[in-house]
Amino acid sequence: MSVLSVEHLTIGLPKGADRRHAVKDVSFTIEAGEILCVVGESGSGKSMAANAVMGLLPDLVAVENGRAMFDGKDLFALPERARQALRGDRIAMIFQEPMTALNPLMRIGDQIAEVYDAHGALTPRQRRAKAVALATEVGLPDPEAIVRAYPFQLSGGQRQRAMIAMALALEPDLLIADEPTTALDVTTQAQILSLINDLQRRHGMAVMFITHDFGVVAEIATRVIVMRYGEIVEAGDAATVLNAPRHDYTKRLLEAVPSDVVPAAAAPRETPMLAVDGLTKTFGGKRSLFAKRRVVKAVDDVSFTIAKGEILGLVGESGSGKSTVGRSIVRLVEPDGGSITIDGQEITTLDAAGLRKARRRAQMVFQDPYASLNPRTRVAAAITQGPVAMGTPRKEALADARRLLETVGLDASAADRYPHEFSGGQRQRIGIARALAMRPELIIADEAVSALDVSIQAQILDLLRDLRERFGLSILFITHDLRVAAQLCDRIAVMQQGKLVEMGPAEEVFLRPQDPYTQRLLAAVPGARWSGAATTAASA
Amino acid sequence: MTLAATAPARHPALDFWFRFARNRGAVFGLLVLLVVIAVAVFANVMFPDSPWKMVQRPFLEPFQVEGLPLGTDTLGRNVAAGLAYGARVSLVVGLISTLFSLAIGVPLGAAAGYYGGLVDDILMRITEFFQTIPSFALAIVLVAIFQPSLSSIVAAIAIVSWPPVARLVRAEVMSLKSREFVEAARLAGLSHLHILTRQILPNAMSPIIVMASLMVATAILLESSLSFLGLGDPNIMSWGYMIGAARTVIRNAWWLSFFPGVCILVTVLALNLIGEGLNDALNPRLARKGR
Repeated sequence: MSVLSVEHLTIGLPKGADRRHAVKDVSFTIEAGEILCVVGESGSGKSMAANAVMGLLPDLVAVENGRAMFDGKDLFALPERARQALRGDRIAMIFQEPMTALNPLMRIGDQIAEVYDAHGALTPRQRRAKAVALATEVGLPDPEAIVRAYPFQLSGGQRQRAMIAMALALEPDLLIADEPTTALDVTTQAQILSLINDLQRRHGMAVMFITHDFGVVAEIATRVIVMRYGEIVEAGDAATVLNAPRHDYTKRLLEAVPSDVVPAAAAPRETPMLAVDGLTKTFGGKRSLFAKRRVVKAVDDVSFTIAKGEILGLVGESGSGKSTVGRSIVRLVEPDGGSITIDGQEITTLDAAGLRKARRRAQMVFQDPYASLNPRTRVAAAITQGPVAMGTPRKEALADARRLLETVGLDASAADRYPHEFSGGQRQRIGIARALAMRPELIIADEAVSALDVSIQAQILDLLRDLRERFGLSILFITHDLRVAAQLCDRIAVMQQGKLVEMGPAEEVFLRPQDPYTQRLLAAVPGARWSGAATTAASA
Repeated sequence: MTLAATAPARHPALDFWFRFARNRGAVFGLLVLLVVIAVAVFANVMFPDSPWKMVQRPFLEPFQVEGLPLGTDTLGRNVAAGLAYGARVSLVVGLISTLFSLAIGVPLGAAAGYYGGLVDDILMRITEFFQTIPSFALAIVLVAIFQPSLSSIVAAIAIVSWPPVARLVRAEVMSLKSREFVEAARLAGLSHLHILTRQILPNAMSPIIVMASLMVATAILLESSLSFLGLGDPNIMSWGYMIGAARTVIRNAWWLSFFPGVCILVTVLALNLIGEGLNDALNPRLARKGR
């Protein structure tokens, strides 16, 4: 018998939203002991469906139609008190952001024990013992000590483990996981995925796993449903959907997933555009009376060059110092030591006026398409501000901005609109147009595609490739995703804890990694075996 | 995934008004304030005579004599005329002193937040110096030193009310300056002044506007308190002065302190309601639920 059976679920959106229904006539079942992956891009309604089951819909959004049968009862018809009793007990949920999902002022053990408290189970002493047992089960190191720790003392992966421990506390029949690994590094993600897989098998739970990443799907799914615009476009066994998708949309999504096939690198070029030599940056807190100075070596003796027209991928997990390198090159961060030369010109010693001129040659494209555009200025102003400050007549700059918008694949009329009228991918294009307006020779793209859906990601990568060809741009492409880097870059440099551990042609690094850390990174990529299999199948 | 927040295709100003109007209290407050403004503007049309002029015998109760709906005071002056002219003083003082304290607080806070380091330290120590002195006591001292007059009262109120503005602006600027669009502006070679005034401050406007609307209310209260203590401009009829002058006769002539008191209460309440409505309209994410 199914643990949960959702029938004809329709969720209405408030007036003024971009469509009438967040979720429209969606039906699915989850059996005990299986992992159902709900896949879709942002705005597909996958989270809404989960929140509806959990009873956590936002205020203006309501279930309009449908049933959710759980344990012989319709969840939507239950009174709020009964649903509350089910939450955490029979149905548990883990969220994307482990930092915000934990109370920062409560010890980990107390937060786990609180679940029992909320449902009136066990005595306080038993609760503490169970908290330690759960911490052990989810693989937290030194469980006795860690239950006494506060969330900020834990790493992202450990926090997610703590969240999972809380969710497991009362042995739920159904676990809903909403993008639980999206905010984590690949190696951590791999650990959490195997943990969920393992726990699911041991407890025989049903898991509803929401994700946008087909690699994750390949890793853990028993069955898959693919959602778009609030409707299910395809459903079936994981193997069938992944290897023989029927719907066009699924096919397109799968094609957009960075594959293992590395495109041939462009012929090496001689003139170095950027040379970084012995770059060092140490972050130290202020020396204070009461605490010892904490010093973090963010970048430790990093050297590399980028030739004219070359794309170098700088890959690393969070905290590896890869962004600090990028920001040092344009001196948004002041490096402590080493030299940076752009086309022979030393950057580190420039004064304010010289820096202003030199920055023109190196521009940045930022990660967050929502934070990187000023919400109160029109697109035209955002693009022309730089050239105008450099002395280009406003009219000329404006005409140029319109041309650039077309270059990056937008309509010239976009210039007169405000950033909030654009989607994430479109905003990223505007960000690229803004960087191009300065006629740079070097572009630093800091996680420029990480916040985007896969299909949009592929388009932006195409655009970058195209711009490189047309303008002979050199690009420093900073990313945490080795596979994305392999798609775009001529060479790849891998960073770990501030140091460069491996650098070489993309094909070499990606297919024959030398350094053990790079090998671990690659092994941790979700769905590695599946996409590897797909490649072999395609080449055979 | 969050709810796609596509704004309806409406003029931004109209959209702002709809969000503001969702808060009924704020609309009520706005109506009251408009009435007070109208009274203040047309005071000399409604009451062509000076509010200081004796018009009847003293201590005339409300609704006793036609043309004097609120009666007369201890010296036989028209209370209604006093209230109308008092509205002028209250609004002028409230508005101008708020503008002055914004003029002091916004640049100081912005500079402290943007440049940080030593600049921040120095500016914040100055701000704290003003914050450590009880503001009303400081205002009394300032007015006493400079002689009570409309301008000295405005100056005193402005001087005691800018520190919270500076602190608010500093906090806003500090959080905005590390945003990516500001970094992009730096990469584009824009000057610090340009970044601060064109990129950062427009994004910090919402909380400043909300705070300003509440500061007008506080300034009106401060002015009334000063006048009540006899530190008001002796040539200007104000609500605080009327209450202060009537406090000795409150037992036999209640209406002399009651009506100016109601005026202060209603005006300040209206401004506070407006402030709350502005807050709801400008920070839709923070708007309280259940409206």
